[in-house]
Amino acid sequence: MGRYVARRLLQMIPVFIGSTLLIFLMMYALPGDPVRALMGEQAFDPSVVENIRRDLGLDLPIWQQYANYLGGLVQGDFGTEIASQRPIADIIAEAFPVTIRLTLFAFTFTVLVGIGLGVIAGLRPDSVRDRGLLTLTLVLISMPSFVLGYLMQYFFAFQLQLTTPTVQDSESIGDLFLPAIVLGSLSLAYVARLTRTSMAENLRADYMRTAVAKGLPRGRIVGVHLMRNSLIPVVTFLGTDIGNLMTGAIVTESIFNVQGVGDAIFEALTRREGATVVGIASLIVIVYLLTSLLVDLLYAVLDPRIRYA
Amino acid sequence: MRGAKSAKFVAGAIVVALAATACGSGDGEDKKNTGSGKPAGYVSIDVGEPQKPLIPADTNESNGSYVIQSLFTQLLDFDAKGEIVYTNAESVTTEDSKTWTVKLKSGWKFHNGEAVTAQSYVDAWNWYANIKNNQQNSFWFADIAGYDDVHPEKGDPKADKMSGLKVVDETTFTVELKDRVPYFNYKLGYTTFAPLPKVFYDDPKAFGQKPVGNGPYKFEKWTHKKLIQVQAWDDYKGPNKAANKGIQFKNYSSLEAAYQDVVSGNLDIIRQVGPTDLPKYKQDLGKGAIEEPYAAIQTLTPAFYSKTFKDVDPKVLQGLSMAIDRDTITKTVLNNTRTPATSFTPPQVKGNQELDTDIFTYDPKKAKALIKEGGGVPGNKVWIQYNTDGGHKEWVTAVCESIRNATGVDCVGDAKPDFATDLEARDNDEVKSMYRGGWVADYPVNVNFIKELYHTNAESNNGRFSNKKIDAKMAEGDKAESLEEAVKAYQEVEKLLVKEMPAIPLWYYRINGGHGENVDNVNVDFHGDIELPQVSVK
Repeated sequence: MGRYVARRLLQMIPVFIGSTLLIFLMMYALPGDPVRALMGEQAFDPSVVENIRRDLGLDLPIWQQYANYLGGLVQGDFGTEIASQRPIADIIAEAFPVTIRLTLFAFTFTVLVGIGLGVIAGLRPDSVRDRGLLTLTLVLISMPSFVLGYLMQYFFAFQLQLTTPTVQDSESIGDLFLPAIVLGSLSLAYVARLTRTSMAENLRADYMRTAVAKGLPRGRIVGVHLMRNSLIPVVTFLGTDIGNLMTGAIVTESIFNVQGVGDAIFEALTRREGATVVGIASLIVIVYLLTSLLVDLLYAVLDPRIRYA
Repeated sequence: MRGAKSAKFVAGAIVVALAATACGSGDGEDKKNTGSGKPAGYVSIDVGEPQKPLIPADTNESNGSYVIQSLFTQLLDFDAKGEIVYTNAESVTTEDSKTWTVKLKSGWKFHNGEAVTAQSYVDAWNWYANIKNNQQNSFWFADIAGYDDVHPEKGDPKADKMSGLKVVDETTFTVELKDRVPYFNYKLGYTTFAPLPKVFYDDPKAFGQKPVGNGPYKFEKWTHKKLIQVQAWDDYKGPNKAANKGIQFKNYSSLEAAYQDVVSGNLDIIRQVGPTDLPKYKQDLGKGAIEEPYAAIQTLTPAFYSKTFKDVDPKVLQGLSMAIDRDTITKTVLNNTRTPATSFTPPQVKGNQELDTDIFTYDPKKAKALIKEGGGVPGNKVWIQYNTDGGHKEWVTAVCESIRNATGVDCVGDAKPDFATDLEARDNDEVKSMYRGGWVADYPVNVNFIKELYHTNAESNNGRFSNKKIDAKMAEGDKAESLEEAVKAYQEVEKLLVKEMPAIPLWYYRINGGHGENVDNVNVDFHGDIELPQVSVK
């Protein structure tokens, strides 16, 4: 198993290089020059634009620019932003903790509430509470996140005055509560439905009948035998969902004014700050890779039949 | 036990993952609680992260300008009517519009205690203009004699000082220009002409993160992407001394979020209400709603190299102009955020005049006739290029609809995904027929709206309009003895523009902002910025 993990970790290196190259090429292919865009709609001096481009190495051929970028990256240098002249490592260090915090809240909310609701409904398929859950999740799935965001903002901040409408301090748990719920609610609906269906199906499985016949206490039947077998599809979904929560937060981040990764990458993209986009996007790729590794490992925990040599 | 064993590995992998993803978070922890909490007496406003370091000559976008204006004071400023108000200067005088004498008020200091002298200005201007320093606004100094030595078109500078700048004594210096520029003193109101203290030259990069100025506020802190805080400076001697204790410039990722914060009292001032909230902001904010016109104009600029408009008869453009129902579009689609244009210059600038013409009036019949008279539009179709990230789609569609209905000329929007792409198409002469043009006053004189946009060699003349007669008239205006004569000459130029139609003026801008109940005296200056020093806290 140790070798398996090591192999998977090593495989990330070519994937990381490949993804940086791809994103780098895509940024290069986009029309619009970052230095020119900096000058805006006002009058400007073309010789200054030329000068800045030369200083930043933006006039070099694309392969040379990429080589320079990778060379810096190997030494831990993400590069410098064109407009603000700040190290991109700083920008990443500001944005990622905020998003990670938000993601963790949203994720915890999804797992706890989603699986909880799924279990409650799944144990009594076709009962009233089951139908109730299906309706509720249907509403959540079909509602765009900005509708839910504005609704929550209106209800909790303006009607009940429980919180401020936007996040004032991205490090306070109370402030991040609302955006985390909005962010997690779509996944919550999926998780609840997956859990519910999976449990309802496994209730009729042979091993369940055996467990009941053996006279095991009900808590053990549900908690160990049923849950463990029913959670595999849920874990698969949750694994990829961590990545989605981190990158898909742009809408939620802008409604609640959270300056996280979504906001940073969107701004960098419109300003054609190539190096910033490549840096952030590559880190997100790594997050995806790590979570998928985690999911694969969790399979072995949940289902002893799966083993990694 | 197999399960337990693999669980251990999973735990190990989780540790690895957390270490990898959270490697940056250690940095964030020690900056705790920087985002919230406003000191008493401070005013907060939604001004986002400046794009560039805070150096006066390197900033022309609005976020950075706001902060720089609070930290630095130039020689003079303008009142709401566009008249000169001397701030750091005692007087700026000239006899021949070529040599200007600047007298400074004595006793002024930078925030670090250093005296503001004639030398502070001259050294700063020389540094700004030097090509080696890559300052974005360096071309503003191009009028000054010796500029070409410090800022040659190619290669290294031949000198590090402009020969036109001479220090006379502690508080006096003279500026000699290459040619007469009767309105040069108006240019001096631009933030680019601010002085710099000596500490700047030690480390310009560090200064850009922590500037020391001579303005009404002194720099306190900058938490990137969140907030910039400046504190009122007690020793400030200018007429625009702060009526509040300080300002917080807060970054918002959307106009809607900022608006919600104003309504709920977490933010004092919003500069522009987003389109979704425009229909209701007057009810929400009551007396706090701000609706003020300012000196900016939006135009449709034909590309005179395009298939549609190459060698076009100006009558066709006049016809297109008359086919646009400005009144209805500004009232409905634009929610009264603009005022229909009646000339090429906004009313706030010197020299704005009533033009004796009907080309700005909606008249479908005449529009049709004029287009026919001018030989029609090739292919009977026009495109309007715009960027989709700036909220332009709605009015472009409405204008097209208006043109189509009035004249039968087909009109479609040519959407570019963002501003950078839009600008690139303009620079490379790839506009299909017209583009959305916009211009905000740099200084409140009509010259700024005419010469910078329609002179053959003007950098922002992306429609490549070129007319020798008009260029000659502008040159005449620049040679004028006095400002009044120059303005008059440019008024004549404007009358010619009506005949030649280098652009179709659409409307002037209005600022639609608002403030909460905690602040008062929120006024707007001529280029649409809130006069922050005047704002008082209740």
